[in-house]
Amino acid sequence: MEHLNIVIVGHVDHGKSTLLGRLYADTGSLPDGKLDKVRDICRRQGKEFEYAFLFDAFLEEQEQGITIDTARTFFKWEGRHYIIIDAPGHKEFLKNMVSGAARAEAALLVIDAHEGVKEQSKKHGYLLSLLGIRQVAVIVNKMDLVGYRQDVFEAIEKEYRAFLALLKVTPERFVPVSAKLGANIARQGEEMPWYTGPTVLETLGLFRKEASQERQPLRFPVQDVYKFDARRIIAGRIATGKVRVGDRLVFSPSNKSAMIKTIEAFNVEPVPTEATAGQSTGITLDEQIFIMRGEIASHEDSVPLVSTAFRCNLFWMGRRPLEAGKKYLLRLATREVECEIVALHRIIDTMDLAARETKTSVGRNEVAELTIRTKAPITFDLYSDFEATGRFVLVDQYDVSGGGIVTEVVKDEHTVLREEARRRDIAWVKGDVGAEDRARHFGHRDALVLITGKRHTGKSMLARQLEVRLVADGRHAYLLDGANLRRGLDADLAEEDTGEIVRRFGEVARLLMDTGLIVISTTNAFAGADHQAIRTLVHPTPVITVHMSKSEEAPPPDTDLVFAGPKDFEAIADQVIEELKRRGVLAQAIGAKPQFHYSI
Amino acid sequence: MDSHLRQLEDQSVYILREAYKHFDHLAMLWSMGKDSTVLLWLVRKAFFGHVPFPLIHIDTSYKIPAMIEYRDRIAREWRLNLVIGMNTEALAQGMNHTMGRVTCCTALKTNGMKNLIAAKGYTGIILGVRADEEGTRAKERYFSPRDKHGDWDFREQPPELWDQFKTTFPEGTHIRIHPLLDWTEINIWEYIRAENIPIIDLYFDKGDGTRYRSLGCAPCTIPIKSTAKTVDEIIEELRSTTVAERSGRAQDEGRGMELLRKDGYM
Repeated sequence: MEHLNIVIVGHVDHGKSTLLGRLYADTGSLPDGKLDKVRDICRRQGKEFEYAFLFDAFLEEQEQGITIDTARTFFKWEGRHYIIIDAPGHKEFLKNMVSGAARAEAALLVIDAHEGVKEQSKKHGYLLSLLGIRQVAVIVNKMDLVGYRQDVFEAIEKEYRAFLALLKVTPERFVPVSAKLGANIARQGEEMPWYTGPTVLETLGLFRKEASQERQPLRFPVQDVYKFDARRIIAGRIATGKVRVGDRLVFSPSNKSAMIKTIEAFNVEPVPTEATAGQSTGITLDEQIFIMRGEIASHEDSVPLVSTAFRCNLFWMGRRPLEAGKKYLLRLATREVECEIVALHRIIDTMDLAARETKTSVGRNEVAELTIRTKAPITFDLYSDFEATGRFVLVDQYDVSGGGIVTEVVKDEHTVLREEARRRDIAWVKGDVGAEDRARHFGHRDALVLITGKRHTGKSMLARQLEVRLVADGRHAYLLDGANLRRGLDADLAEEDTGEIVRRFGEVARLLMDTGLIVISTTNAFAGADHQAIRTLVHPTPVITVHMSKSEEAPPPDTDLVFAGPKDFEAIADQVIEELKRRGVLAQAIGAKPQFHYSI
Repeated sequence: MDSHLRQLEDQSVYILREAYKHFDHLAMLWSMGKDSTVLLWLVRKAFFGHVPFPLIHIDTSYKIPAMIEYRDRIAREWRLNLVIGMNTEALAQGMNHTMGRVTCCTALKTNGMKNLIAAKGYTGIILGVRADEEGTRAKERYFSPRDKHGDWDFREQPPELWDQFKTTFPEGTHIRIHPLLDWTEINIWEYIRAENIPIIDLYFDKGDGTRYRSLGCAPCTIPIKSTAKTVDEIIEELRSTTVAERSGRAQDEGRGMELLRKDGYM
């Protein structure tokens, strides 16, 4: 049987819980004795019975007469099951309203006929559109308080319809009701003969079930990689599209690709050969590639976006304001990455959708347009193309504090190289020896050790020492000096062609690492920005950066090890080797069963 | 399988996998009742036949004996890592339901669980509570924080949207994880039927015209009048009843459940 999730939203005291209580009572959907029990409690406490008390379970909610938190209630009518979520209307509890509404497929937005359109009526309307809820019916309640007047109803309809039009939301309908007296809830309200449209109950029946998203291109965010037994299973839930055994998948942002060997399931006969949107599934691949949680698998012909920056609309629920320049954790599908607000374009006033004066922070319950930059490249889509991979939350300290939708990709300085790396990796022709085969054979996986620092700080000494030590230990390491490329591969380039010099260096390093080598490089010639370019080209191979200096100085961003002052190169090489072990590049001992990062 | 059951399964599996990914000290409460047994089955679904964390049973010593036999048999067959918690101190002092139901539940179940969580250092506890059981559970989150005392602050629940859950928390607190929140009683039985899950036979009438609809401690749980002998018959019966599931559970009377749950009850 079909199930539909509905949320009831609107300004505080406009009668959401009463509407819900009435709907249950008038359709005989309450358990035996529930109505009598609540009436009895009211009598004992000497207060008038209200339908709202049926679902405001907390004592505090009943005492204050407000809903504090969302309740999920279950309701069946004419062959369809409904999960109806009663959301609080008080602005203090907006985050609870969002939690309730985020699960819904359709919404009833309640407006008090007597009070008219209020602040939260609009804010809730705006949030519904941001949360992607397209089916909205507006319930004009408390018609009994305005003498059931048609002109009052029509004035509210006109005002609110105009507001929704700004959000590009077209409401399904407006229904005049009195929840308290039951008019137009489950029965036609003879008090309003001028209204001949559907009741609230009929309105529920007219909401449509959202179509399955399996026809969209594939988006399969990797949730985890399991190795409980002989199988290495990539687990996750398919956001859109479908996967079939034999499909070639591309993982972004690593650009690794492999073919689906099996689709795994417990207690399913016969063994499935495909899985579709919405399913929590698991797959095994025909070769062991390095992938981890947070990557998004797609088919080759429709890959998601990858960048370190995007523009978005965001609403903030945090106790502390959201501040430009501060670091937050961004979570998009299963990916978590540190991020920063680099530009706060405007705060949106949800009363009239006008831009307010520019500020450097976004307060609780405010909505804003921002540009976000992530510390590492992240895979996403525009929200208008894919819902699940086009939205994200921000975590401030321990709490999910904001939710946003991606509206525009912002190109960063490495976009061109990233696109090159992506095209090259996706089309890469592989032999029968995979990266993991090489790693098992060599006792280590591939990696790049990048040694940075000014002239005469001992970079070259360390690089030589490290190469000697690694090779003496039986590892496959190679010292790649940029100067060697200059006279051969780069012979056609001029001194000022640095961009191309860096690109060629990155591609050569990439090629050497594909053979399973640990490449050690000192790069006198390259500036800090060039290091980022090299990282982009060799992504997602681990890069270990070591900064050398004569005296204390600030190292480039993302440096792993820093050495200042006089050097004991043997000791430093030891520390680099320890770092290689910690990062899962080196197996603890050759011959032992290697435990690499990707061999989860 | 019915498409709605499939959706419920997919969502629960997703939640379980998130819990496993984010919590190093994770355990699941198993009461041997239908809900937590379905949850245990979903764990095996999520992890392809494996149960990669311990299962806790809070033993009040007043459980129906058949439940303990069932527990030990399933634990053996499914190779479960079973951890038994018991508030031996309160029991030694003679705690029982005649001292007051809320008092007894708090001492033997809530405190039994809190003590075990503290002793083992669990930071994530998976439970099989459902929103349709009673009012306060209808307002729960999938990932619901408990403070240093294990208490629930329902006024300050974290936002939960787009399947992004609260998985970071201050030291000394823990998170309760509720993968079955969206399931109803009838969904549980339909799933038991669809997956053929071995459920304890106390739920079935064995000839005397009674069966249990909800399981707890022997003194505080009464069987209902019913002749349902099979899962099919239970589903048939549930489709036509308007009696609340937990009407046989004494702890739900008055505000009992709100008070219990505020203090950290399941």
